[in-house]
Amino acid sequence: MEIKTLFIIAISAIFINNFVLNRFLGICPYMGVSKQLDSAVGMGFAVIFVMTLASFVTWLIYEYLLAPVDSNLFFHLLKTEKPPDLTFLRTITFILVIAALVQFVEMVIQKMSPALYRSLGIYLPLITTNCAILGVTVMNIDQKLNLIESIVQAFSAGVGFTMALVLMAGIREKLDMADVPEALKGTPIAFIMATLMAIAFLGFSGLSIQ
Amino acid sequence: MAIGKEFAKGIYVENPVYRMVLGMCPTLAVSNTVENAVGMGVAATFVLLGSNIVISLIKNIVPKKIRIPMFVVVISAFVTIIDLVMAAYTPALHKALGIFVPLIVVNCIILGRAEAFASKNTIMDSIADALGMGLGFTLALLSLGITRELLGNGTFWGYPVLGQHFTPLLIFILPPGAFLVLGLYLGLFNWIDNKRKLSS
Repeated sequence: MEIKTLFIIAISAIFINNFVLNRFLGICPYMGVSKQLDSAVGMGFAVIFVMTLASFVTWLIYEYLLAPVDSNLFFHLLKTEKPPDLTFLRTITFILVIAALVQFVEMVIQKMSPALYRSLGIYLPLITTNCAILGVTVMNIDQKLNLIESIVQAFSAGVGFTMALVLMAGIREKLDMADVPEALKGTPIAFIMATLMAIAFLGFSGLSIQ
Repeated sequence: MAIGKEFAKGIYVENPVYRMVLGMCPTLAVSNTVENAVGMGVAATFVLLGSNIVISLIKNIVPKKIRIPMFVVVISAFVTIIDLVMAAYTPALHKALGIFVPLIVVNCIILGRAEAFASKNTIMDSIADALGMGLGFTLALLSLGITRELLGNGTFWGYPVLGQHFTPLLIFILPPGAFLVLGLYLGLFNWIDNKRKLSS
């Protein structure tokens, strides 16, 4: 039962509700970093990593510090009559956690593996303002997922993002040699390519997994 | 005079969506109807105005190294305000915009204006800049919203305008329509610019 739910979450995050092509999250890096295949792959892996980690941390913070439930730590520490409702601090907490996390991951990678840092490093600062990261953490809470489900959803969302980004980069590398009308060169034609990809991904919405 | 210039540049010359290609996520996601487009435009303008005012006031106090986190905190405070206000007074719109209300925090237009403009200019200029950019963003969303709702549903703000013989082109309401319409509009503005350059 559990495995089945996780499988459904994964498939729908990767294909049916692809974060880029169906939910429009993370469009900026999708357009900005899709000019070369190598950088697209690097960005993709950085996003998968930070997204999964951020979902894990923000879920714990929400459950134990912000949500008005019995497990709230402030409830135990301050011995109030009922658990405090700090959910209005969600946006501000999450964005700060993500920013701090990105900074922390950057420092760790720099110390532990300079080779990895050289390939991922430049994408890490960009990730803070990637709306897909904040999007998936907020979505985990809105959909009332548990910790494992949140992590699976975040990881799959990252995989879906990477897939869309790498596909796009592959097409755009070829597009450089194509004869595109002057006015459509650059970003406009990339959006029109994205249209075709989104139509293709619309086909997945016919999938019914129960 | 200068204030007028700061206001006007956001509308066309430096339009955040069509010229700077910023804030793409909400632009694509909530432009499926005119109502959503206006709602998002107004919400983003409010946040932009608030954050520009506060940031231009605190610009001399904030240490340079931690300015970005400070800006993000200011912005998310205003986003929380608009989030709660919308949930209270316009629950239907709040539900339709869904996750994109909290995501105004990571809208690059807002952080972009904070960093590029409000942290360097006076408060009056920052207000003019915020209103101009907000209006530019709203107009861009509106142009997409009108096109998509009209073609995809045959309606304007929910009222049928194209008559009964019009068959709605559903694709414009669906995600691919957003990419297509935005791509073509960007192309159109490039084309106008190229023409202008040639003639001058």
